[in-house]
Amino acid sequence: MSGGAGSAGAGAGKRAAAANVVSIQKLTKSFRTGVTALADIDLEVAPREFVSLIGPSGCGKSTLLRIIGDLVGPSSGTVRVNGKTAHQARLDHDYGIVFQDPVLFDWRTVSKNVSLPLELLGWDRARRKERVAELLHLVELTGFESSRPWQLSGGMQQRVSIARALSFDPALLLMDEPFGALDEMTRERLNLELLGIWEKSASTIVFVTHSIPEAVFLSTRVVVMSARPGRISETIDVDLPHPRNAMTHEEPRFFELVTAVREALAAGHGRHGTRDAAGTTEER
Amino acid sequence: MSAVAVETRQARIVPALGRLATFVLVIAVLWAGWEGYKWLWETTGWTWPFVVDDTTMPHIHDILNAFREPVTAGGPALIHPLLDAAWFTAKEALAGFVLGAIFGFGLAVLLVHSRLLERGLLPYVVASQTVPILAIAPMVVIGLGSKGVEGWKAVSVLAAYLTFFPVAINSIRGLKSADPRAFELMDSYAASRWSILWRLRVPASMPYLFTALKISATAAVIGAIIGETPASIQEGLGGAIVNFNQYYSLQPTALWATNIVCAALGLVLFGLVALAERLLLHRAPEHVA
Repeated sequence: MSGGAGSAGAGAGKRAAAANVVSIQKLTKSFRTGVTALADIDLEVAPREFVSLIGPSGCGKSTLLRIIGDLVGPSSGTVRVNGKTAHQARLDHDYGIVFQDPVLFDWRTVSKNVSLPLELLGWDRARRKERVAELLHLVELTGFESSRPWQLSGGMQQRVSIARALSFDPALLLMDEPFGALDEMTRERLNLELLGIWEKSASTIVFVTHSIPEAVFLSTRVVVMSARPGRISETIDVDLPHPRNAMTHEEPRFFELVTAVREALAAGHGRHGTRDAAGTTEER
Repeated sequence: MSAVAVETRQARIVPALGRLATFVLVIAVLWAGWEGYKWLWETTGWTWPFVVDDTTMPHIHDILNAFREPVTAGGPALIHPLLDAAWFTAKEALAGFVLGAIFGFGLAVLLVHSRLLERGLLPYVVASQTVPILAIAPMVVIGLGSKGVEGWKAVSVLAAYLTFFPVAINSIRGLKSADPRAFELMDSYAASRWSILWRLRVPASMPYLFTALKISATAAVIGAIIGETPASIQEGLGGAIVNFNQYYSLQPTALWATNIVCAALGLVLFGLVALAERLLLHRAPEHVA
């Protein structure tokens, strides 16, 4: 843990904590069943960062994402988003969220699904229409405005869901294994598209994934978690240059980083039981 | 589902003819079954489970003929008073159906927003349906009558009484049916309860609501007919049934003809709901079916 806390602390030192999009201190989460899902989480995410949370199932990475989004409350510790409490940030529409399933509304067309948050924000019809056209262009779905969600492929549905999350231009994008249910080809294409969107926009992304190559390819920083209880065991800065493209997958540095994340995951996994002793020797 | 696939692939006329053929075939089989049973029991003289003769099982063509014949000498053909009665009962059933559907759905909306209310009220909602409608019909008709409410309106309250229950129970389920992630999504937008109701709960509940409305469409007709009987309302199908019951041994075909009209009324109401569902819901084919 001192490994994780150490690098997070160093990150916080570099930039003023108040300016960070996500700032989490001493967070724990236990469920009523007595299970401790998360323990001692410290995490700082600076503006424009693309941070991936990776770890074995049950390490609480999805729970952590939901706590940032104020969809679940923490048991203790502080969570600030855009310098506000997570609750206030949610009320202020500071983040957009994408789930593993697209969660589109069957009874709405593609356009109407994308404009759902805009309706809730009270945008007028003309402005909504203009924004939806922009977004569908961005996710390459122009021409599908009046299609129903169930007429689209899984990858297209997830692009609609991403467009919906981006619609109101939130400062923060929370993504919970958004491409986990897609086939490998679609996943790689959407990874490229997402990177393109992120490079063009000013948004910060916190991204939960199971896939090591995906985490390395997309992120500026990979946060490796271990399970039972969920902790941050290591954070790895990804120094691959931008813009990244399909060729990035072939670079030796890419493989080095993939190996580094894999070893960090294995170390976190193997540390079961003797976690604390191993944690102190885990200084990077 | 395969029917939908066929419809998109081929011209519409072919499946339409297919449906017509199926309809004719089913009618023919039912007809043959009725007449065959009657013939077999009459020629063999079997009396189990009941004696078969022209009183217990009239010929189908005799029943259809009864529509054209006057009930009393010199009066209009039976079909005319029956259609008048059907219209009267339809009015009761439809008014009751609409009333019951609104009340049932409103109740469901209320109950899904309060666990306390749901726990407290639901047992009584269920209990309300175990009270035989025959027992409460005279009370409702006489009670409302004393307030100057017309008989048919009082009967429509009874139809509503049968309608609201399936609507309420199914709507409670439907209003809770959306994916938990969809609720999280709405929360992530800090959507109000009202927004969640209109933009998520209600649309998600529609397939459930229509299922309930289909059950209720026929239940409302039953409610109207049963409601008329103890209330001594003569103008509707319930009145006609009571009336023809008394003359059954003399003219059994009139009662059978009335039964056919009752069934047709239920089918029409059911068909209207199914049509509305088709026009209003744009769901994935597997949801529509």
